[in-house]
Amino acid sequence: MLDLTPKEVKERSALRINPCKTCQPVGAMFAALGVAKCMPHSHGSQGCCSYHRMVLSRHFKEPAVASSSSFTEGASVFGGRSNVNTAVKNIFDMYNPDIIAVHTTCLSETIGDDLNSFIMDMELPSDKLVVHCNTPSYVGSHINGFFNMMMGFMNYLTKKSGTTNGKTAVFPGWVNPGDIRELKRIAKLMKTSTVFFPDQSGVLDAPMSNKYEMYPEGGTKIEEIRGLGDSKNLIALGEIISVEPAELLEKKWKVPFTLLPMPIGVAYTDKYVMALRDTTKVEIPEELEAERGRLVDLMLDSAQYTHGKSVAIFGDPDIVIGLVSLALELGMIPKYVITGTPKEEFTRKVEALFKHYDVEGCKAKANTDLFELHQWIKNERVDLMIGSTYGKQIARAEDIPFIRAGFPVIDRYGGPLQPIVGYEGGVRLVEKITNALMDRFDRDSTDEDFELVL
Amino acid sequence: MTANCREKLLEKYSAKVYKNRKEHVLQLDTDKSNTIAANTRAIPGVMTARGCCYAGCKGVVIGPLKDVCVITHGPIGCGFYSWGTRRNKAKPDENTDKNFIPYCFSTDMQESDIVFGGEKKLEKAIEEAVELFSPKCIMICSTCPIGLIGDDVQAVAKRTEAKYGIAAIGYSCEGYKGVSQSGGHHIANNGLMRYVIGIGDKQPKTKFSVNVLGEYNIGGDGWEEERILKRCGIEVKNLFTGDASFEGLKSAHLVHLNLVMCHRSINYIAEMMKTKYGIDWLKVNFVGIEATCKSLRDIAAYFNDSELKARVEEVIKDELATIREDIEHYKKKLNGKTAGIFSGGSRSHHYQDLLKNLGVKTVIAGYEFAHRDDYEGRDIIPNIKEDADNKNIENITVTKDEKLYREIKHGDVAELNAYAGMIPEMCKDDIVVDDYNHFETDELIKSVKPDIFLSGIKDKYSIQKAGVASRQIHSYDYSGPYSGFRGAVNFARDVAMAIYTNSWALVTPPWKHKPMLTGQIKEAK
Repeated sequence: MLDLTPKEVKERSALRINPCKTCQPVGAMFAALGVAKCMPHSHGSQGCCSYHRMVLSRHFKEPAVASSSSFTEGASVFGGRSNVNTAVKNIFDMYNPDIIAVHTTCLSETIGDDLNSFIMDMELPSDKLVVHCNTPSYVGSHINGFFNMMMGFMNYLTKKSGTTNGKTAVFPGWVNPGDIRELKRIAKLMKTSTVFFPDQSGVLDAPMSNKYEMYPEGGTKIEEIRGLGDSKNLIALGEIISVEPAELLEKKWKVPFTLLPMPIGVAYTDKYVMALRDTTKVEIPEELEAERGRLVDLMLDSAQYTHGKSVAIFGDPDIVIGLVSLALELGMIPKYVITGTPKEEFTRKVEALFKHYDVEGCKAKANTDLFELHQWIKNERVDLMIGSTYGKQIARAEDIPFIRAGFPVIDRYGGPLQPIVGYEGGVRLVEKITNALMDRFDRDSTDEDFELVL
Repeated sequence: MTANCREKLLEKYSAKVYKNRKEHVLQLDTDKSNTIAANTRAIPGVMTARGCCYAGCKGVVIGPLKDVCVITHGPIGCGFYSWGTRRNKAKPDENTDKNFIPYCFSTDMQESDIVFGGEKKLEKAIEEAVELFSPKCIMICSTCPIGLIGDDVQAVAKRTEAKYGIAAIGYSCEGYKGVSQSGGHHIANNGLMRYVIGIGDKQPKTKFSVNVLGEYNIGGDGWEEERILKRCGIEVKNLFTGDASFEGLKSAHLVHLNLVMCHRSINYIAEMMKTKYGIDWLKVNFVGIEATCKSLRDIAAYFNDSELKARVEEVIKDELATIREDIEHYKKKLNGKTAGIFSGGSRSHHYQDLLKNLGVKTVIAGYEFAHRDDYEGRDIIPNIKEDADNKNIENITVTKDEKLYREIKHGDVAELNAYAGMIPEMCKDDIVVDDYNHFETDELIKSVKPDIFLSGIKDKYSIQKAGVASRQIHSYDYSGPYSGFRGAVNFARDVAMAIYTNSWALVTPPWKHKPMLTGQIKEAK
C-alpha cells in the first residue's frame, strides 16, 4: 500500500498528492441541504453535481438531491444564462422546492457568469425563491463553499424588523446530523431558544418509512433565515468555518456574536455551555454537569492508556482543532496535525494549543496533503491516526490504529447519526480512542502478557 | 406492467420537457421499431444521473492504468472525487510495475493559475512527479477551466516526452465537452489508439490470445473472466482498462481477437483495431450463466479449433456443476420477481441475462449515457444524426497498418464485429429510459414497484426509502465479482439478501397496526 511514497520529504510547489480537501461547491451543496425544502443547484458541468452528490450520499448513506445547469461547450462559450433559467423553471415544475440555492463552479466562474443579474431577471412563481453564492473551485476548499453558501442565503434573505425575536442563532459549522442534535439538546437543557443554521438533522439522517420524501422534515426554515437579523445574539461554532458568516450578520444587522471552537472535548464544550449560560442567564442544570462529570471520570479512568501516546490528526480545520484539544486533554501528543484547507489561522490555533499544554516536537500545517503527512509518519511514526476515510491507506501501509472522524467517512456506517461534539460526543470519542489503542495493545501482547483485565 | 405506464409518467411533464423526454422514454412495442433518442443534451435542472467528459476519460478509461501517473490538471475537486472511488481493482507486478492506483495527483489550480495560465504549474507538477516517482508514462487529464484559459496539455505532454524521455499523453477531456461521460470515453480511446496501442512488440505466448475490451475489473470481474478463459486455454493479454498497464496496452495489437464487454465505452478502439490491425472483435457478455457459456462457445467457434472447443465444453460442464446447487437455492427465492436496472451504458443489458437465469424479469431498463446503437444495435449507426455536441468530440480515422495488419483465419460466429443492442432482448410493454433522471426513477418506482432495483449511489437510498430493495450496479455495493459462474452466485446471494434481509420487517412499528385504546361496543338498553 502506497509503496511509492518515499521517506525523504521534498518541498513541492505544484503537485498535490492525495489531497486532504476538496473544492468549494460540495460545501455549498451540503450547506444548502441544511435548509428546509431547498434544492441545491450546481451551475456548471454535470460532473460536478454528480461527484458532489456521490460523496455526500456515500458519507451519509442517504439521498443527496441537487440539480445541475448541465453546461455544454456552447454554454461555456456563450455563458450559462439560458441553462440556469431553464433549470430553475424545470426544478420548480418537477421538484417543487420552496427555494433553489445556486452555487457556481470553476467553469461558470472562469467564464464570469453573473448570477446576480441572471437571478434578478428571472420570472419566478410568486412564492418561490432563488439565491446564489460564488464558489470558485480554485479558491480555498470545500470549507469556503460551506460558509459562502451560508452568506449567500443571508445576503438574499435576512432582514431586520426592528424588534428582536429573542432567539439565539447558532451556526453549527460543518458537522454531522448527530452533532447538530446533540448541540440542540444541550441548548435545550440550557433553556435557550435557538435557530440552527444550517441544519441537516432530519434531512441527511431521514428515518426509514417506506415512503421517499424528497424534502424530509428538517432543515432551517426560510422564515428562520429571514429572522436571523432579529436574533438576540449568535453563537458561531468553528473559528474558521463560521467567522465570515458571523461577521456578516454582525455587520449587516448588528447581531453580536460569540465565536467558539467546535465543542469537541471538555474545555471546548464548556465554552459552548458557558456561552449559552451567558445568553440565557440560566444556571447549568445538574443533568448537564453530571454528563460532564461522567466524561471527565472516564478520561481519568482510562488515562494510563492514552497518556503520552502520539497521534496524527487530519481533516477539516475546525474539527481537527477540536480533536487536538481533546487529544491533549487525554494527555496524548498530537504529533502531526494537518488540514488541506489553506487557512493559516489553523496553524496558529493548533500551535497555541501545543503551547498551552506545553507539548514539544509537534507539527501543525495547513494547505498540505496526506502524502506529506505519510512522509512525516514514515520518518517518525505515531501510535494513532484520527481523520477521514482517506487516512486508511496510510494506516494500513504503516500498520497504525485508525479512528474515523470528520468528512468524508465513506467506508463505515452509523457515524453521522451520532455526535462527536458535547460531553456525550466526548464519551464516544474517548471510547473509540481507547478501544483502538487497547485493541492494538492486546494484539501485540505475547501470550504471557495477554491480560483479561485492563 | 400496465400498458400506459409511459404515458402516465410523461404526462406530468411541462410541454417543453415532455417534447424532449417522450423521445427518450419507450414502452416497448413488438409490432413496430422501437426507436429511441440518445446521446443528446440533458435538460438543465431535471436531475440527470449523468456525469461529465472528465469522469468518462479519467474516471472510467484512463484512471485504472496502474503503472501510469495520471495527473488531473485543474482545481482539486475533480482529482479528489476520482480517487479510489470506482473499484477498478488492480494488482501490479511487484517486480516490474509501479502501482499508482492508491494515489491522486492534481495540479490543485489556484486563482492566479486561472488568471495567468496553468501550463507552468502543470510542467512544475510533472517535474515533481518525475523526481519523486520516475514514472514511465504520465497522462494529463484536463478539467473544465483548462480549455477555457487555453492551457495546451498536448504541447506540455510533447515537451515532457522530450525533456524526460518518457511517454506523456495529454487529454482534452474538459467536463463540458459532449453531453455525458461518453465523450470522455471516446477521447480516452483516441489517445490510447494514437499513442499507446501498437508501440510495443511483446508477442502473445499462445495462438488463442485476446484482450477483454471494456472490462474495468470492478469488484474483480475481470479476474474471474481471466480465470475461466485461462482454464479454457485462452490467453488474456489485457483487460481494458481494469488492472491494465501502459506496458501491456502497448502490445495490445498483437492479440488474435478482441472481446468486447462494455460496448459503449470502448467500441471505438475495437473498431479502430479492426481497421488498422485486422483484429476482429466479438461482443461477449460474461455476466449471466448462459451468457458466459455462449461467450465461451463463440470464442471457441471463432478460433475453430477442435481441442479448444472440447476444452471449453469441459470447463463449462465443470463450472456449472460447482454452482448448480447454489443457483438452484437462490432461484427458489427469486423466481418470479421483477427488476429495474439503470446503469451507465452496458450493464442494463448484461444483467438482464443474469437476472433471467435466476427467474427474475427485468421490466425497466435505462442508461445514463448510451448511444442509440447500445439500445437498437449497431445496424442503425449510419442513421444516427450527428449534432453539434457530438461533433465537438474528435472522431479519429485510422488506416490499415501495412506492416502489422493481419488477416486472421477464423470459424463462423453469428455476430462478429457486431452488437444487436439491448432492446431486442426485452419484451412488450417493458420500459426503456435514456438519460434517466431522479423524477422518472421516483415515479417508476412508485408505479411499477419492482422487487429489486439496480442503480447507482445517487439513486440507491431514495429507492430504498420507498421500500424497494436497491443495489448499486456500478460498484456492486462493494461486493463482487459478479461475472462468470462464481460471480453469478455472488450476485444471486446479494440480490436475495437485499430482498429478504430481516430489517425490512421492522420498517413499520407495531403501534401502527395496534390501536392504543381498546373498548367494547355495548348495546344500548
